[in-house]
Order: sequence, then C-alpha cells, then structure tokens
Amino acid sequence: MKKENVIEATNLTKIFGDFTAVDAITFEVKKGEIFGFLGANGAGKTTAMKMLIGISIPSDGKATVAGFDVSSHPEDIKKNIGYMSQKFALYDDLTVRENITFFGGIYGLKRSQIKIKSEKLINNLGLQEVANDLVGSLPLGWKQKIAFSVALLHDPKIIFLDEPTGGVDPITRRQFWEMIYQTAHEGTTVFVTTHYMDEAEYCDRVSIMVNGKIEALDTPKKLKEQFEVDNMNDVFLKLARG
Amino acid sequence: MSISVQHISKSFKDVSALKDISFEVNEGELFGLIGPDGAGKTTLFRVLTTLLFADEGVATVADYDVVDDYKAIRHSVGYMPGKFSLYQDLTVEENLTFFATIFGTTIEENYDLIKEIYVQIEPFKNRRAGDLSGGMKQKLALSCALIHKPKVLFLDEPTTGVDPVSRKEFWEMLKRLQKKGITILVSTPYMDEAALCDRIALIQDGEILEIDAPESIVNKFPKVLYDVKASNMYQLIKSLKEYEHQYSVYPFGEFVHYTDQRNDFKPAELSNYLKENNLKEITITKTPPTIEDVFMELAK
Repeated sequence: MKKENVIEATNLTKIFGDFTAVDAITFEVKKGEIFGFLGANGAGKTTAMKMLIGISIPSDGKATVAGFDVSSHPEDIKKNIGYMSQKFALYDDLTVRENITFFGGIYGLKRSQIKIKSEKLINNLGLQEVANDLVGSLPLGWKQKIAFSVALLHDPKIIFLDEPTGGVDPITRRQFWEMIYQTAHEGTTVFVTTHYMDEAEYCDRVSIMVNGKIEALDTPKKLKEQFEVDNMNDVFLKLARG
Repeated sequence: MSISVQHISKSFKDVSALKDISFEVNEGELFGLIGPDGAGKTTLFRVLTTLLFADEGVATVADYDVVDDYKAIRHSVGYMPGKFSLYQDLTVEENLTFFATIFGTTIEENYDLIKEIYVQIEPFKNRRAGDLSGGMKQKLALSCALIHKPKVLFLDEPTTGVDPVSRKEFWEMLKRLQKKGITILVSTPYMDEAALCDRIALIQDGEILEIDAPESIVNKFPKVLYDVKASNMYQLIKSLKEYEHQYSVYPFGEFVHYTDQRNDFKPAELSNYLKENNLKEITITKTPPTIEDVFMELAK
C-alpha cells in the first residue's frame, strides 16, 4: 500500500537579493511520517519551513502542503497545519485555559468544541491543578507539552515543530517524543527540526540541509550505512563539515 | 581555589532558584554546570559575577568575595551571558574596542588571546553586531569577554540552539583557552557536552544532584543498562512500559534504554515477552550508561 504524500516540494527556492537561502530542494513527506529536517545554523531550514507553512512565498519551484499550493493557497495551508516553535508557542500572561480558548478561536473552532477540547487536553496532560495558572509560571517542559497539544487542537494533517525540545530536561524531552510517536501513530504527519542528534534517530526519515541544498535524505539506518558511521551525529559532522 | 561556593541559596518570591548550593572549581579547571532550563544555572552565574545578591551563603571568585570585593571580581572575570548582550548598533570592532577601553586595555595588548576566535569575524569588523549571524555573534561575545585577559571565564549556555558542528568547534576553542591558564565555568543543557569537561555538576530545580569527573559519574550508575531495539519503536516503548518488571524505559536514539527491577534479570525473558506483544527483530544488549542516563536516574 502506497501512502499518500502530504508534502511535495519540487525545486523549491528562496532568494534574498544575491543570496540563495534555499536552493532548489525536492522532497516529499508521507502521511503519518515523522520527518526530521536537519541542518547547521544558517543552512536554510527556517526559510524552507516558512515557505512550507505559507508565510513566505517561494522565489522559484513549487510545493504543496496538505494538498494546497504554498504560493497560491497559503491561507488554506494555515488551516490544515499546526505549528509550534521554541521561540513562540503560548502567551505567558494568559492562563493555560485562556491560551487553549484563544488558539481554538484562531483556528476557527466553535465555542462548544473548544470547551470539549480544553477539558480533554487538560485531563490528558494532568493539568487540572494549574489550568487557571498563568503559562509563564509553569516549567518550560510543561509549556512545551501544552504548546504541542494546542497546536493539535484543530486536528491538523501536519504538525510543524521547530526545535521543540531545546533546553528541556532529558526526561521531559523523552515524554515529548512519546507524544510525537503517539501523534504520528494516529495518522498526523510530524515535520520536526532539532539539534539533538539522538532525536534524529527517532525520525522515520531525515533530511540534512547544507548551504541551502538537501545533501542527504533517507532513514537514519540507511544514512548511517551510506556514511559508514554508527550514529547520526557523525553523519551530520561528515556532511556539514564537507 | 578559583571559585568557591558555600551554601548559596536564592529565592524569587516563592520560587527558590538555588537551594543550598556548594562546590569548588580549581584553578585552570574546565567545570561544567549541566542541567535543563530553569535549573538555576543563570541565577548562579549572576551571583558569581556580582550581578545578584544571594539570600544566604558565601562565594568567592579568584579569591575575592562576591559581595565585599565585587569591583575586583568584575576586573578579573569574563562573562558571556546566555542572551546576546553586546551593543547591536555598534560595529564588531567598536564593540571590542569599547570593552577593551572600559577595562583599561587595548585590542592590541591582548590580541594573542582572542586572535584565533577574532580572525574568523575580522572580515566583518565594520558590520553592526545586530546584523551578524548567530555563530558570529557568539564569537564576538566570546572575544569581548576575553579582551581584558580574565582569570575566570563564565559562559552561560554558549552553545544553546547551536548546531552540532559549531558546538564541536566551540568546545575545541574552550579547550585551547583552558590551556592558556583560564579557569572556565560553563553551563549547558546538552548532556553530551558534559564529557568534555574536567568535572561537572548536574543541576536541576536549584539543587546539585551530583559533582564529579564525567567518567566517575557514569560509573556510579546503579543499574545494568540495556539497549533494546525492535522494528516498531512506538509499540516497543509501549510494551516495555507495560512490562511488570521494568524499572526505567527511555527512548535513546535508535534504541530504548531499559533497566529491570530484578538483580537476576534475564534478557531472554524480556525478549519472549516482547515477541508475545507482536514485536519483531528484537535485540537486547548491555550498554554503558551515559551522563544523560545518570541525570535521569538522579532526577527520577
């Protein structure tokens, strides 16, 4: 059984002035896949991701996300994806419940739906006691788990995670990845960037960007075979150091 | 003793950021504070660099008291905060000149110390600091922290958000600075960097969990650790967590790190259990613990 593609990029390119940030990248991501999007700082990951989530128009090439073209239908993409980053996730000066209500509203959920989803989320994460506390007062690991759940409120087809676990303690980092596995298992595609190379091993497939190009794309197992090393860290070092 | 911390505590309203912290750093040592965000690392740095008073306890840096001799400390230490804190609207060269001048020195006088780092950003010396890439900002900040030839260097999460290649280069740079006789206290949330320090303190929720050389810390791991692998990772984690004899189950790269409650644990038994749960291609092999395993065990 061939699974459908939920992301298809063909020669996707972004040029700023005389600098080519993303240089004709071509790849596809399948439904329910955990896809790791790696690269050194400045390799073009963030720029590529911005095009895929419909907030930056490609200079050349094309991409479809959840069946919509990123250039012509960015608003449809936004309705069908979830997004969470380390830098921006939730409002610190709103409570947990207020954040859920706010983001539910942004995603166009009805009040009745938001109410049901809020209770479910709060119960799943065991947040009953802090549901009315300001998000800013919670530990980072909790915030990240809540942010992840909030990004899934509207049942998106794909969730984009931009370094979701940076600075998080090792136990919470693993709990976070268990949530990712669970989500992918339920059919949501996960597109994730990380600087933790052990997390790269958790992905079904991994792409590595170097200077705007995708220089490697395969399962972690095959990448390790291809580069004749025994961990993803060494794959990364070999590629990015050239 | 280059840094001495005795029973330091610090609270912010009802949050206690540091709880009775004590440790010492020897002269010329590369000492790592390893812990996640919110562990209290930055608060400790701010106390030691005289930017914040502790509620209790005493601390000295380069034999100066952090309260009584704060001015002497400020002349003797270099501090690179976690947040980029140089002047964004000054150029690279202007920032460096500024810091040299307020410490009563010149770029030329200590150029030797920063040369290796500074040459990499020198081609951009007329660019405003705010327009530099993350990696270049980091190098400029380190140059500015070194320009007055400090005895002790404080680096608060210098590699957070930095890719593995640049992280490796940064640590190689630290090793070379250490050889020049500078004591370095560095904090990081990346457990793999712990192995590169002479000694480390594992810190979480304002408490030190353990202090020792990295190799001694991993030797203290109380259990036999196994790498478990199977074709379906999600199902494997689930099954292992449901296993009645499990003590800890943590995904770890391509494996799951597993420890058992029993002393007479037999891998074959676990293998059979996993087969009953429809898992395939099962392998169970002993593996040496890492700093991260120890951290999770101590934080459990």
